[in-house]
Amino acid sequence: MTLLDVAGLRTEFATPTRAVAAVDGLSFQLRPGEILGLVGESGSGKTVACRSLLRLLPSRRARIAAGTVMFENRDLMRLSEAEMRVVRGRDIAMIFQNPASHLDPVFTVGDLIAEPLIWHFGESRRAARKRAVELLRQVGIPDPAGQIERYPHQFSGGMKQRVMIAAALACEPKILLADEPTTALDVTVQAQILRLLLDLRDRTGLAIVLVTHDIGVVAETCDSVVVLYSGRVMECGGTQDVLTRPRHPYTRGLLDSLPTTAARGAELPSISGYPPPLDRLPQGCRFHPRCRFAIDRCRREPIELETVDDGHASACVRWREVMEVGP
Amino acid sequence: MHRFKFVLYRPIQLLPVLIGVSIVTFILVQLIPGDPARILLGAKATPEAIAEVREKFGLDQPLVLQYVHFMKNLLQGELGRSIIYRAPVLSVVEQRVAPTLFLLIYGVVLSVLLAVPLALAAAWRAGSSVDQAVRVFSTAGIGLPAFWLGIMLMLLFSIELRLFPVSGYGEGALSHLHHLFLPALTISIALAPVLVRNLRATLLAQLESDYVSAERAKGLPERAIYLGHVFRNSLIPTVNLLGVNVSWLIGGTVVIESVYSVPGLGQLMVSSIFGRDYLVVQAVTLMFAIGVILVNFFVDIVTVALDPRVEM
Ligand SMILES: Nc1ncnc2c1ncn2[C@@H]1O[C@H](COP(=O)(O)OP(=O)(O)O)[C@@H](O)[C@H]1O
Ligand SMILES: [Mg+2]
Repeated sequence: MTLLDVAGLRTEFATPTRAVAAVDGLSFQLRPGEILGLVGESGSGKTVACRSLLRLLPSRRARIAAGTVMFENRDLMRLSEAEMRVVRGRDIAMIFQNPASHLDPVFTVGDLIAEPLIWHFGESRRAARKRAVELLRQVGIPDPAGQIERYPHQFSGGMKQRVMIAAALACEPKILLADEPTTALDVTVQAQILRLLLDLRDRTGLAIVLVTHDIGVVAETCDSVVVLYSGRVMECGGTQDVLTRPRHPYTRGLLDSLPTTAARGAELPSISGYPPPLDRLPQGCRFHPRCRFAIDRCRREPIELETVDDGHASACVRWREVMEVGP
Repeated sequence: MHRFKFVLYRPIQLLPVLIGVSIVTFILVQLIPGDPARILLGAKATPEAIAEVREKFGLDQPLVLQYVHFMKNLLQGELGRSIIYRAPVLSVVEQRVAPTLFLLIYGVVLSVLLAVPLALAAAWRAGSSVDQAVRVFSTAGIGLPAFWLGIMLMLLFSIELRLFPVSGYGEGALSHLHHLFLPALTISIALAPVLVRNLRATLLAQLESDYVSAERAKGLPERAIYLGHVFRNSLIPTVNLLGVNVSWLIGGTVVIESVYSVPGLGQLMVSSIFGRDYLVVQAVTLMFAIGVILVNFFVDIVTVALDPRVEM
C-alpha cells in the first residue's frame, strides 16, 4: 500500500531572465511506517522538495511547475489553499533543521504544541495543553508537566528539536517530513533524536521522509533512499541495494566520503568540486562536470532514470561500470 | 515572576541618574549671568527680600554647599516661590501636571490606535494598494511640522467647523477628551507615521522568520499566524521605539500646549522662561527629566512582559 506517491515534481524559481528548476522530476513512493532518506549535498534541493510537498515554498518567486503528489486519493498539488491547510500538521507534518529559529520565541512550548490541536480539532486550550504534557513525555522530555510553561530559549538544542517533534506529532499525522532534524545538533544528541524518530515509527507506524546530507544517517535509519543532485534524482531504491551496490557515481562518491570506509586520518576521497548554481546548470547530466565516468552522451543529453534492479533505479548511462571500477 | 524583580531594585539603580538630573537643573540657574538672588526674585525685589533669599538658598556659600542646600529643599518639596504666580513653585507646577499627562496619554493612545491597524493592513499584503496608501500617509505625516499642522487643524475644526474648542482643558474627563482632541490628534499625526513605518517594516521582516514557516507547516490559518505570532513578535521593537518617541514628545508638549493654550507643563515652561521665573523653569525641567526616566522604566516593564528572553 502506498501512502504518498510523488511523481514528476518540479519546482521552479523565477529569475530576472527565466525560471530555473530547484527540483526537477522528483518521484518516489512512501509506505506507512517507512523511513525514506532524501540525501544529497547542500543545495541539491532537499528542502525545496520537502516544502513543495506541503506547498510551503520558501519565496514568492517559487512555484510548483509540474508533478502530482497523491495522498489518500487526492493530488495535494490540486487542493485549494484551505484544503491544503487541513492536510498540513494534521496528515503531513514537518520539522526543520534549526529548532532554535523555528520555534516562536514568545510562545511557551505548551502553547506551541497545543496550537495545532486547537486549530485542527477545536480542542479547548486546557485539553490541548494536557495533551501537550503527554506529547512532551512521548518525545522523552523529563518532567513534562513542569516544562509546559517554559519558553523555547530555556531548552537545549536537542530538547528544542524534541519540542518541535512533539508539536508536529500533536495531531497524529501519518507522515513526518524531517528536514535535516539533527544537522544543527551535537553528535551525541543527533543519535538520540534519530533513535526517537525510529521509536515513534515503531510505536505509531508513522512514515518519515528523512532529509539528510549524511549518507551515514541513511545507512542507520532508512528503509529506502532517494539520492538528489542539483534537483534531479540520481539514484533511488532500497537502502540496502543502493548503499551496498551503488549504481551511480554520485552515490559512490557520497559513500566513499564516509569516514568509516575511508582510512582514518587520511584526506577523505570525496567528490571534487561543488554543485553548480541553479542559474548555471550544465547541459546534459547535471553531475557530469564532477564525474569521472562522464562520456560524450552525458554532456549532450539529460539522462533519465533507468531501472537497474528490482525497485532500484539509476540516472547513469554507465551504471553497469560504476560498481566494477575501483575507487 | 522573578523576571520582574528589577521593578523593585531599578529605582535604586536610578538614584545616580536622578542625582545627575538634579545637578543639571541646579547648574541651569547658576549659568544665568547676574546676581542669583535678583534673578530668582525679579527686578523689583526689595533689599530685605533679597537678603532673605540669600539666607534661605545659602547663595553666599560655595557652590557645593549651595547644591547641598538645594537638595535639602528639594527633598522637602521646597522649590521656592514663583515670582509670576506669587505662590510656592510646587503648587504652581502641581496643577500643570494633570493636563500634560492627560494630553500625552491621549496622544499616544490615539497614535497607537491609528498606527497599529494601518501597519497591520499595510504589511499583510506588501506592495498592495492599501500598502501604498499607508505609505503616502506616513511619508506625509513625517514631513509636516507639528506646529503648522496644529494651527491648520485649529483653523479647520475649531474656527471653520466649530467642532472643537480653540483652547483650554475643560472640566471633567469627557470635557478633557473634547478639549484636548486637536492637540492629541496633532501629536498622533506626528507620531503615528513613525510607528507605522517601524511596525510595518518589523512585521515584514518577522514574516520571513523561520518560525512562520513552522507555524504554516502546522496548518494554522495565515491570519492566526499573522496576528498571533508575527504581530506579537513585532510589538517588541515598536514598543521601544514608542518609548524613545514619548520621551521626545515630553519636550514637544512645549510647542503643542502653546499652540492650543493647554494649561500644562509645556505652556508653563514657555511662560516662565519669558517671565524670567527661573525657579519654575527649574522645577518644570526636573519634572520633564523625571517623566523621561519614568517612560523608560515603563518601557522596560512592557518589554519584559512581551519578550520572555529579556532579563533586566
Ligand atoms: N528562497 C529561495 N530563492 C531562490 N533560490 C532558492 C531559495 N531557496 C532555495 N533556493 C535554491 O534552491 C536550490 C535548492 O536549495 P535547498 O532545497 O535549500 O537545498 P538543500 O536543502 O538540499 O540544501 C539551491 O540552489 C538554492 O539556491
Ligand atoms: Mg536544506
